[in-house]
Amino acid sequence: MEMAEGILLTIVTAATPLLFAALGELIAERSGVLNLGVEGMMAVGAVMGFAAGHVTGVPVVGVLAGIIAGAVTGGLFGIVTLVFAANQNASGLALTLFGLGLSGLIGNSYTGMPGLRLPHVHISILSDLPIVGSVIFGEDPLVYVAIALTIAVWLFLFRSYAGLILRSVGDNDVSAHALGYPVLRVRMLAVLFGGACAGLGGAYLSLVYTPQWTQAMTAGRGWIAIALVVFGTWLPGRIAVGALLFGAVNILQLHAQAIGLGIPSQFLSSLPYLITVVALVLISRNQTLLKVHTPACLGRTFVPDN
Amino acid sequence: MRRFLGAAVAAGLLIAASSGAQAAKLKVCWVYPGPHNDGGFSQQHDIGRLDVEKALGDKVETSFVESVQEGPDSERVIERLARGGCGLVFTTSFGFMDPTLKVAGKFPNVKFEHMSGYKTAPNMSTYNLRWYQGRYVQGQIAAKVSKSGTAGYIVSFPIPEVVMGIDAFMLGAQSVNPNFKVKIVWVNTWLDPGKEADAAKALIDQGADVLVQHTDSPAAMQIAEERHIHAFGQSADMLKFGPNAQLASLVDNWGPYYIKEVNSVLDGSWKMHQTWAGMADDDVLVEPLKNMPDDVKKMAEGSIADIKSGKLVVFAGPVYKQDGTLVTKPGEVMPDKDIDSINFYVKGITEQLPGK
Amino acid sequence: MQFRLERRPQQSRTMTVLSPVLAIALALVTFFFAFAVMRIDPFRALYLYFVDPLTALWSIEGLLVKAAPIILIAIGLSFCYQANVWNIGAEGQLAAGAICGSIIPVYFPHWQSPIVIVPMLLLGILGGMAYAAIPAWLKNRFNANETLTTLMLVYVANLMVDYLARTPWRDPAGHNFPNSAPFAGGQILPVIFGDSIRLNVLFVLLAIAAVWFLSERTLTGFQLRVLGLSPRAGAFGGFNRRRMVFLTFLISGGLAGLAGICEVAGPIGQFRTTVSPGYGFTAIIVAFLGRLHPLGILFAGLLLALSYLGGEGAQIALGISDQATQVFQGMLLFYVLACDTLIFYRLRLVRRRPLELAEAAE
Repeated sequence: MEMAEGILLTIVTAATPLLFAALGELIAERSGVLNLGVEGMMAVGAVMGFAAGHVTGVPVVGVLAGIIAGAVTGGLFGIVTLVFAANQNASGLALTLFGLGLSGLIGNSYTGMPGLRLPHVHISILSDLPIVGSVIFGEDPLVYVAIALTIAVWLFLFRSYAGLILRSVGDNDVSAHALGYPVLRVRMLAVLFGGACAGLGGAYLSLVYTPQWTQAMTAGRGWIAIALVVFGTWLPGRIAVGALLFGAVNILQLHAQAIGLGIPSQFLSSLPYLITVVALVLISRNQTLLKVHTPACLGRTFVPDN
Repeated sequence: MRRFLGAAVAAGLLIAASSGAQAAKLKVCWVYPGPHNDGGFSQQHDIGRLDVEKALGDKVETSFVESVQEGPDSERVIERLARGGCGLVFTTSFGFMDPTLKVAGKFPNVKFEHMSGYKTAPNMSTYNLRWYQGRYVQGQIAAKVSKSGTAGYIVSFPIPEVVMGIDAFMLGAQSVNPNFKVKIVWVNTWLDPGKEADAAKALIDQGADVLVQHTDSPAAMQIAEERHIHAFGQSADMLKFGPNAQLASLVDNWGPYYIKEVNSVLDGSWKMHQTWAGMADDDVLVEPLKNMPDDVKKMAEGSIADIKSGKLVVFAGPVYKQDGTLVTKPGEVMPDKDIDSINFYVKGITEQLPGK
Repeated sequence: MQFRLERRPQQSRTMTVLSPVLAIALALVTFFFAFAVMRIDPFRALYLYFVDPLTALWSIEGLLVKAAPIILIAIGLSFCYQANVWNIGAEGQLAAGAICGSIIPVYFPHWQSPIVIVPMLLLGILGGMAYAAIPAWLKNRFNANETLTTLMLVYVANLMVDYLARTPWRDPAGHNFPNSAPFAGGQILPVIFGDSIRLNVLFVLLAIAAVWFLSERTLTGFQLRVLGLSPRAGAFGGFNRRRMVFLTFLISGGLAGLAGICEVAGPIGQFRTTVSPGYGFTAIIVAFLGRLHPLGILFAGLLLALSYLGGEGAQIALGISDQATQVFQGMLLFYVLACDTLIFYRLRLVRRRPLELAEAAE
């Protein structure tokens, strides 16, 4: 494989788990819920995905288990913030802590074992396309799913009635409630979807990226995913670009070291984070750009008839 | 004078303790920086602990604390072990050095052994392994097996232990192919499978076809397997992660050392020492030798035997620094204390060592 | 039939006191059953976690040593969270304080008189403040979401610490290991009680007193709380939001920086690649557990430190993984947040009224 193709491939696979988690968080945030617990949900998805794949011997079962586990964990957050109207920021942090700890506990019996890898799926016509072929279509099936999900989320948000309801709930919960839309139920579904996607991202890590389980293997990706939602101004396409950008900076800094550029590795390692801050600032300063897309009720607690 | 008194007190207490040993078993405790089943560094220590239980289970009982952070947390944990009746405590990470020293000062009748440090006390020894001996053999194998003449080295932090490994690897490789190249990537962590996998991919894309690592997860081995190249495992045998990829693993075999130390406490002969064990004591292993042609395997076996017998010394002169300065003259051997604090690359490595 | 939250006409006084008690009780009960399910003696486990660490003086000292930095940081954070400023980068501000405070011992190693600790601490506070000023400015000027900027800056600060300890600040006599020369003489934070209780415990007590005063008795404190609860009300009252954002960041940054230099100059005694095992993040939990009130934070910090120490003992005696402590803390926080709702709302089981059912059917 050519070096350029190889690098592109690595970037795409590095971006995939970020994209899954970010798309899920996008839906949750579009409904008005800020879920800071993505890291915890990803970790639970990763461990359950690995465990289920290991126990059944079928990686696809692992992926499904990861999705369900992520959704259940998200549901826990949903109950605390939507039923009990607790503060969303604090609950999200509690979820991170709880999810990381729980995944560590469950994962104790699975550390140090090789895992099953999701087999590659080749769609012959598409895989033979030059460059694009091997990079996007020659890879593991979850990359296809990520692309499809990005498109599906966009279609849902901007071309479907259900998506319209979701967005209205996120932009003006009081009016939506007055119109008779079940605000809390919509938000709960959105949170469950967010958890499912985070779980999928986690399962990707433990079943495809590095088929094994290690404590804290999510390594902060959940937080990056939350940043990507803001970076992408709550639009799926831009989020995908952001995920690729973040993946690219991460991979290229390793290449820079391998070439021998001589820049301190700590500085190179900090580049992805600095770039995220710069990007956040650039996006945020354009108030119109931000205003158009930020869900107006993001993070606000809503209690019907109160 | 104080040291003598200290030793006398320790000896006296030891005699008192060993006479009481009939009634109570010796408690031997370990402190790990990571999970005891991490499949790598900490797990190898734990396997050593289990070896002690197997060999001496009727005379000792063992326990451990895992995932201990350096700093005040570790000091508290070590003190808890000392207060809890441990007679011999092994602290298995460099970061535990000062905490171990502090607690050793407070508990003169408990014996402490600190891995990879340099501070001692009458009741505190240090111990370490000459992993670089294994790296030399890895370098030889890599140079023989590699088609592109380039190895990829994934490393954590530029501390002497890591740098001496890189240097020994290069010396071994150069003994087979003087033009062998190595590309080095610092991931700034001991354990992060995602990052290690990314580093592996980057190195392979840059032309490396043999991977070496001084990090703890088997991620790089898995990537090597996927990309059909070769790799060396780290700390534990990683063959199950790379059945066709793994050439050999640099295995930490702590059992023999730990059993020896526990026995010395049991029979009262323990005294402060600074031990740097290696292949000669069977503590460093390069195994299993697989996925390589027979002649390479024979060469590796020969080198291992020569290092064990002392015939082959890794850091024997001439050793040149990267800039060409002669550091060790031909016919001489680099002294241990210089190897221990090494902070330069040997000639042939083109990249800059971070931190210079 | 469904659950419904009905707002109380005013905050329930009983629940304000009862809610944390209820939350702790629920957490303990859940923990109890979890252990029983894992086939570990639940009584012994709970004893090891919460009672055993209090039975020996050295252990109590360890508890205070562990709790002090966390409480100090949490007090600063309570300002932020009351004003709805989501600073989650205290860990980075701690590191910045550690860096700045360590400048003196690293560049002036021979200045060891007892007085030197004062400029070290001041630099630590200033360093933390300066680092916190960055996200504050980004928020005020560019509207950048502070949850994310502060978090990203944590990574940057930690990498900076790593770089400094390995390269420019490395002790030339330290066998090339990544730490500075050990601090000596007056550069070390003095022990004021027992074996290991240092000056920073005093700072914690002072901070608690000062914060209580600021919050309850001054106009600024009042402003903070109003702005937090309702930005519009605050704006009408003439309270300047930007000033508040800056102020809360500076306070939390300064306290985190102080905690950072106290760690480095105290128990660690030199500048190393890691200056904190996550105090900045644990402090966030403690701030919420303590319901943003200085006395609550004091108690919550001690409780959390207790769970850490207990977890170590449980690991040795019962083989329980250290991850269980994290699960407990997350669970406790969930319960606290859920129970807090009962202060403002009543939980009612309601039969859906016929009118609603008819509407829903349309």
